[in-house]
Amino acid sequence: MSQPYSLKLAAAAGPRATTLGLGLLLALLMLLPLGHWALPEGHALHVSAYTLTLTGKILCYAIVALAMDLVWGYTGLLSLGHGLFFALGGYGMGMYLMRQIGRDGNYQSDLPDFMVFLDWKTLPWFWQGSEHFAWALLVIVLVPGLLALVFGWLAFRSRIKGVYFSIMTQALTFAAMLLFFRNETGFGGNNGFTDFKRILGFGIAEPATRAVLFAATVLLLALALWGAFWLVHSKFGRILTAIRDAESRLMFCGYNPLYYKLAIWVLSAVLCALAGALYVPQVGIINPSEMSPGNSIEIAIWVALGGRGTLIGPVLGAAIVNGAKSWFTVAFPEYWLFFLGFLFIAATLLLPNGVLGLLRKKGDR
Amino acid sequence: MSAASTTQSQRENWEGEARGLAHPVDGKLDTRHGAILYLDDVTVSFDGFRALNKLTLDIGVGELRCIIGPNGAGKTTMMDVITGKTRPDSGSVFFGQTIDLTRHTEPEIAQLGIGRKFQKPTVFEAMSVHDNLALALAGNKSVWASLRSRLTGAQRDRIGELLATIRLTEQHQRQAGLLSHGQKQWLEIGMLLAQEPQLLLLDEPVAGMTDAETEKTAELLLTLKGKHSLMVVEHDMDFVGSIAQKVTVLAEGSVLAEGSLAQVQADERVIEVYLGR
Ligand SMILES: Nc1ncnc2c1ncn2[C@@H]1O[C@H](COP(=O)(O)OP(=O)(O)OP(=O)(O)O)[C@@H](O)[C@H]1O
Ligand SMILES: [Mg+2]
Repeated sequence: MSQPYSLKLAAAAGPRATTLGLGLLLALLMLLPLGHWALPEGHALHVSAYTLTLTGKILCYAIVALAMDLVWGYTGLLSLGHGLFFALGGYGMGMYLMRQIGRDGNYQSDLPDFMVFLDWKTLPWFWQGSEHFAWALLVIVLVPGLLALVFGWLAFRSRIKGVYFSIMTQALTFAAMLLFFRNETGFGGNNGFTDFKRILGFGIAEPATRAVLFAATVLLLALALWGAFWLVHSKFGRILTAIRDAESRLMFCGYNPLYYKLAIWVLSAVLCALAGALYVPQVGIINPSEMSPGNSIEIAIWVALGGRGTLIGPVLGAAIVNGAKSWFTVAFPEYWLFFLGFLFIAATLLLPNGVLGLLRKKGDR
Repeated sequence: MSAASTTQSQRENWEGEARGLAHPVDGKLDTRHGAILYLDDVTVSFDGFRALNKLTLDIGVGELRCIIGPNGAGKTTMMDVITGKTRPDSGSVFFGQTIDLTRHTEPEIAQLGIGRKFQKPTVFEAMSVHDNLALALAGNKSVWASLRSRLTGAQRDRIGELLATIRLTEQHQRQAGLLSHGQKQWLEIGMLLAQEPQLLLLDEPVAGMTDAETEKTAELLLTLKGKHSLMVVEHDMDFVGSIAQKVTVLAEGSVLAEGSLAQVQADERVIEVYLGR
């Protein structure tokens, strides 16, 4: 589990070729929304709403995997609660989308339907301002960011590490899930938010809206990849791997790991939240099951399968697992979890450096 | 105490000699009484077991002190206390006249000017030899600085000097994890020097080294003496004999004997703890 993974490997794989290939791939992805929006439905190259939504969803997961790689692959902090940050970002966006429904809900009220159902007469205080998109963006960044900051500060300051840290993150997401399941919490209980109608006034199911949301997701992934590359190749990035491989050596070199961990931890959480915020309008639903412990564990599996500490590997891992999942859950729904477990065990035993490690080994020969 | 006589002119001489190895002892530390480190009545217990038992010891400015003692004597624990890794149950640890080390964290103590080499050589295995040294260089160690950091020409030169000193110039691109045990020890010593500490704590620096490497290490430590203060823990008596003026014997967490190597080796009590009772 703690096998050091060389940054040099990433550099040796030919940074220019990698950048070029990646740029090309992202450019190709940009053709999908075009094919959905510009081409009529009967056209041979028309991209269906299903395909676009599924791909957009996978791209959101890829961003989460990237965020996870920064904290786990590079810094050695295995979070089993990253699904929480993703979900909080999703809920932040969901609140705004609920307000955008306006009086078009089942009860034709100014209040979201679930509040009418609970017989609430006014908006709770924490829903104030949620009708403004800018406010929603602030909530999406600040709430998960502050939660990560406080949690990280407490955990890192007490030098909680390894399995204990993982268990704490898992407990955090589990507790949040239980909280969000309750109707009184004010986020729609176990149904969460759904039946969205509009975003920024545009119909949420319109081809153009879908196309823009998808394009925004590709853009965020591209930005995140670029930023992460820059980060891990900076001195800051080398300090992260130093924390992973020999934290006490680093402390005796005069660095305080607390601030480095906190910085990458909060950054990672905010990245997850942004992915969650893009996920919800595309998929059309957010509910507390996104905070289930299993979801967070799955994120770790994508990263392990793709290759920790490689940035691109986890993106691939998220794509492979979720691509397989969407096919499996249709073809053999009851076997998916077994297959996932098998994938994880196989990856751990056979591919210590993940799919990317395998590809690179092939490339070296 | 021999080191108490370290004069300014002597120090300047050493500066001339050990060119390129490290920067001179910082004037800021208050070492009026000639000692750079005082441990006074330090006790550390682990579940009732006293790893250090009222240990009192001091190291002079520019001194090279060797610490010997049987396994479990508390040598590593003493270094843990000095570097802030372990808090003593009682007693005080002073760096110079005024800095109470028990009030500082490990990174703070490192920045105050105390460098430490671990008993088990510890380097950043995934990084190149060069990057290991670059990370250890003295300077601003904040997150913000790390994001904007670029090596300056002077820093590059310094890394070049250090690589030559630790004889790893040819291997500077090599991944540190692939070095031999002895080379890792050298790299770690190089990282200590990069930090420009005033006091170096070396826990078994020649363990796992070949005879030739051991000899080179002894030479290196002798050039550092005077410019830096050093505390060296070693089991290898030939090595200790080749560098030590003054040897302190630890046993069961306190000082058993102190003096030249020949003196302590002749001491009845020392012979007893080494041969077992
Ligand atoms: N964290 C700890 N918890 C419990 N006991 C400890 C701890 N650290 C050290 N000890 C005990 O304290 C005693 C002193 O250990 P220390 O490592 O300081 O010895 P040492 O002189 O460095 O020995 P060696 O020559 O083998 O390195 C030993 O008996 C050891 O088992
Ligand atoms: Mg020891």
